[in-house]
Amino acid sequence: MQTVVDLTRCQGYAQCVFLAPDVFRLHGEEGLLYAPAVPDDQVERVRQAAAACPVQAILLGEEVSGGAR
Amino acid sequence: MPDDLTDGRIVIVGASLAGLRAAEELREQGFTGSLTVVGDEPHPPYDRPPLSKQVLLGVAPADSTGLPMRRDPKAEWLLGVRATGLDTLGRRVLLDNGESLPYDRVLIATGTRARPWPNPAEAALDGVFTVRTREDAAGLAAALDAGPRRVLVIGGGFTGSEIASACRERGLEVTVTERGPAPLVGALGGTLSKLAAVMQRNNGVDLRTGVTVTRLLGDKAFTGVELSDGSQVDADVCVVALGAVRNVDWLADSGLAAGPRGLACDAGCRAFTMYGIVTDDVFVAGDVSRFPHPLFGYQLLSLEHWGNAVIQAEVAAHNMVSPGPLRRPHLALPTFWSTQFGLNIKSVGVPTYSDHVVIAQGSLEARRLAMVYGYRGRVTAAVTVDMAKSLDYYQHLIETGAPFPPPPGAADRAIAAEIPIPSDVPDPSVLSHGPTVALTGYLPDRRLTVV
Repeated sequence: MQTVVDLTRCQGYAQCVFLAPDVFRLHGEEGLLYAPAVPDDQVERVRQAAAACPVQAILLGEEVSGGAR
Repeated sequence: MPDDLTDGRIVIVGASLAGLRAAEELREQGFTGSLTVVGDEPHPPYDRPPLSKQVLLGVAPADSTGLPMRRDPKAEWLLGVRATGLDTLGRRVLLDNGESLPYDRVLIATGTRARPWPNPAEAALDGVFTVRTREDAAGLAAALDAGPRRVLVIGGGFTGSEIASACRERGLEVTVTERGPAPLVGALGGTLSKLAAVMQRNNGVDLRTGVTVTRLLGDKAFTGVELSDGSQVDADVCVVALGAVRNVDWLADSGLAAGPRGLACDAGCRAFTMYGIVTDDVFVAGDVSRFPHPLFGYQLLSLEHWGNAVIQAEVAAHNMVSPGPLRRPHLALPTFWSTQFGLNIKSVGVPTYSDHVVIAQGSLEARRLAMVYGYRGRVTAAVTVDMAKSLDYYQHLIETGAPFPPPPGAADRAIAAEIPIPSDVPDPSVLSHGPTVALTGYLPDRRLTVV
């Protein structure tokens, strides 16, 4: 699974950092750094982070499969 | 074109963020016809902002930034295939493999590419990079891993500054050269550019302003540069961060209003022809577009913003499958962010569309502030540094045409909020890097030539 954060929307509430610290971390006071490729054992945590995000900035999903011609 | 707009053939040219979100939205809006997405890169859509941040910091590999889908758009993906032309009369997209794709409606989302170093022989030296694609970032990340003695970054715009920040965080020596008076000055104006310069120097960047790079040195491998002030800087890695070039070359013979600033369109994302006549089957979204905005005097805006690619793609997709009266205008405010030297910089509106600024909250000394930009007594933009939660409030002021200086709104209102100072936005032509927001006037780029 892949994740992307709409950093236009992100306001640095950092709920995701508490819920999935292996994927999301703060960089400075409110900048967010994250690992876009989510390992299988982190998917549920990222799902929780996406649900808990106060500004609903986190998207989790499959990427377009490379096999398409 | 079939009467039923939810059927027929739609081709999207461009398989990055705007192309993907448009494809998803077409299905979301009920499009059931055939959908083909053409992309010149051999990869499925991937995210680019991490390439100058996480990837260079070693948090994520360059090939790991694939974009998640909101839903599977059930499209045919032609990846690694370049569009070479658009036959707007025959309604076909011409491809570099000799084939062509018929369409009823087409969306142009070909974005931008990195502006290359102008001397091709020097640009080809080992150790010289631009950063736009996955391969670019992988190459630069590997070069940084090798522990260069010094990295030289040409251009103090957002990309150049973020790369310099990543280098310092990794303990690498870095020199930034900028033709203008300070980094980020083209995007943020004089006052915040001074903060940017202080942050760079405090973090150990060797910042050289008011100079240009006149030559890249090296035989096969890059060894350094000559500067316009006569000095020389030795370095092992060079990053060319001179802004972006719109991918409109393939439209040269299309008859569309495509030029260096992008492809001009109306508020509904419909492309203009070179005669200023709006089309009804050619749509445009993302960095390659140039669109009018009522809050900024209806001037055509050219943006290089992640959020605009998403929102404009959604509007374009909606309008591609909706009859005239149900179409929506693209009115979203420009917004962007940048993380560098530990600071989170966010912007809403068009900071360069300003004559004065006030610091409405916080202070430069605190490295935490909200700066409000005004033009002729109206709020037109706001930039926050580590104060993102305030930005929505200022966005509301911009959208409602609030007076400038803004009325008291925050409990922590700064004393400086009473003191407008000139916004000091330079002519973009004096900068090394291109602006990521540009007001580009009212007319399509190309003048009508009467033969």
